[in-house]
Amino acid sequence: MKKIVAKTGNEALAFAMKQIAPDVVAAYPITPSTEVVYTFSSFVADGEVDTEFVAVESEHSAISACIAAAACGARAMTATASQGLALMHEMLFIASALRLPIVMAVVNRTLSAPLNIHCDHSDSLASRDSGWIQLFCANSQEAYDTLIQAVRIAEECYLPVMVTIDGFILSHCMERIEVLSDEEVKDFIKEFKPNYSLLDVDNPITVGPACLPDSYFEHKRAVAEAMRESLPVIEKVSREFGERFGRYYDIMEGYETKDCEVAIIAMGSTYETATVAVDNLREKGEKVGVFKLKTFRPFPHQKILKELREIPVLGVLDRAEPLSSYGGILYTEIRAVLADEKKKPLTASYIYGLGGREITPEEIEEVFEELFLIKEKGKSKEEVGYIGVK
Amino acid sequence: MASLKELVKRKELFSYGHRACAGCGEVLAVRQVLLAAGENVACAMPTGCLEIVSTIYPHTAWQVPIFHSAFENAAATIAGMESAYRALKRRGKITKEIKFIAFGGDGGTYDIGFQALSGAIERRHRFLYVCTDNQAYMNTGIQRSSATPSFADTTTSPAGKKLPGKLQPRKDIVEIVIAHDVPYAAQTTVAFWNDLVTKVEKALSYDGPTFINILVPCPLGWVYPTDRTIEISRLAVETNFWPLYEYENGVYRLNYEPKERKPIEEWLKMQGRFRHLFLPENQKLIEEFQREVDERFARLKRRVAMSG
Ligand SMILES: Cc1ncc(C[n+]2csc(CCOP(=O)(O)OP(=O)(O)O)c2C)c(N)n1
Repeated sequence: MKKIVAKTGNEALAFAMKQIAPDVVAAYPITPSTEVVYTFSSFVADGEVDTEFVAVESEHSAISACIAAAACGARAMTATASQGLALMHEMLFIASALRLPIVMAVVNRTLSAPLNIHCDHSDSLASRDSGWIQLFCANSQEAYDTLIQAVRIAEECYLPVMVTIDGFILSHCMERIEVLSDEEVKDFIKEFKPNYSLLDVDNPITVGPACLPDSYFEHKRAVAEAMRESLPVIEKVSREFGERFGRYYDIMEGYETKDCEVAIIAMGSTYETATVAVDNLREKGEKVGVFKLKTFRPFPHQKILKELREIPVLGVLDRAEPLSSYGGILYTEIRAVLADEKKKPLTASYIYGLGGREITPEEIEEVFEELFLIKEKGKSKEEVGYIGVK
Repeated sequence: MASLKELVKRKELFSYGHRACAGCGEVLAVRQVLLAAGENVACAMPTGCLEIVSTIYPHTAWQVPIFHSAFENAAATIAGMESAYRALKRRGKITKEIKFIAFGGDGGTYDIGFQALSGAIERRHRFLYVCTDNQAYMNTGIQRSSATPSFADTTTSPAGKKLPGKLQPRKDIVEIVIAHDVPYAAQTTVAFWNDLVTKVEKALSYDGPTFINILVPCPLGWVYPTDRTIEISRLAVETNFWPLYEYENGVYRLNYEPKERKPIEEWLKMQGRFRHLFLPENQKLIEEFQREVDERFARLKRRVAMSG
């Protein structure tokens, strides 16, 4: 029987965390992810979950403790945002290079300065090269489902996974969420049987040694391979989840994209806002569509090629300003994937929503109108577009 | 306490395969600590000389589990390991009794790792934190740390025409740790192996965070011949520069008191890092150093007397 509850995005994540019942959660509060941690710690206090909860003194220690716990063969999880993720930055690389299946909820928030607690993707995207699988969720239901899948993905790939939701937009917004039973979750994630454990004192191992030029390269290459090989695992786990529970998420999805003349692509909650714009314009007979990229790392280049090659004009919406003086991060990556294709869309880079600036369906409709102009001119937009900047 | 006879029969848990300099006090300390601790331990260490000399892939000198992840997080790392242990034990996935030891250099302990150390102690994780204090960042080439004593010549507090080496006295980490209300904290050095081993055994018997600061002479950083490590270590105690003491459940104890304290010059003059102090114009600096040593020792004696 379906169980439907009303939960904020953060509560949905904390609830999933409780059902996953990791061995160790080490965390430090930061808005807008704080609620994940305090909701979870209330589950611990009430004895609803027997996780070892470590209220550390900083995010750096939170991730350090998770890394150590994971090396001991424990399931370890944490949650953070923004400056917290930035403070973890050094350790993110260590987690992936040591092949530790840690799962972290990231509630996307911009990076200082100026200090701002609201959403953009500058935090997650700044950790782009850290070797974490990054899954961007469009709504809280997806976040709940994805956090559960992430445990399997992490443990099958031996790579850490970040599951992100948009700060405040999803984290603090109450939604209708369908939850699984504890048994279903337990059954889906299975028991974790690590390859090795630092706590096996009878078979001692050294983890995190120093490597010289004669061996570092091979280790890094192995992580790159693992990242490449994680894509089919992500697809498999998500298919299995879909088959079992009826909710299926693809690594990249589209809305009204079959016959579209112009399309946009975005990550996170903006996808849903964009579907409203698409509906409005479709009513007027305009052939527009929107794509959502869920799996930012690994970057699903084959899928992107397949889905985007035939689109005449593509606007790429980035919720982070990488200060490259060229365009957004997603934009440059998509451009790179399409570069060698004979048939490829004309493109335009749009930066939007920084520091929690709202994006409305009307603004997205304007973007679509501009994409039609680009189509007429037959030339990609050269300058970076900023949506909604004053 | 385990006798020397017993200790030599124990399995070497920090063994061949390391590449430390001849005369390295740090690896002596680790070896002694592990001999005292026995086999059922799991360890962590931050970045520093110890990590670099003992774990160059694919070799390792460690016969016990050891984890290195970064420079500032040895305490957070051991906290994570200990938390995993609690969880896995509760869930029946581990049955053995395991003890946890973190080894940190003075840089990774007094300075960059201090926040994590304070946090882990405050949360009362059950572990022994051993600081192998060679009084500078040796791994990156002898930079001053907050453990570096006054006037030492280091690469970031060089003794020059105008400045006589490090201007500030060293931080008293043991007292800072004691202020966290730990059950056990102590100071020792490698020349006094029996003192060291006893302290490790005691520290590991507590259900809570404990701390031992071990003075580990460094031939390269302190600039002395490699065969004088133990001598310098002993002289640090004989001059009262490094008193052997412990703090146990609120009580201070001085474990050794030289019959007659030797002048600090004797210790300083053995080390190239203090060479400039023996120029005629710097005589007053040696006096100042002596004054600091005497004051610190007197303060310790007062603590001992008051808590006794
Ligand atoms: C965040 C960070 N900053 C700086 C370093 C460079 N670093 C590595 S080891 C080290 C000094 C270690 O000194 P200490 O902790 O005293 O140990 P020792 O090598 O003397 O045993 C430094 C500065 C680093 N690895 N990480």
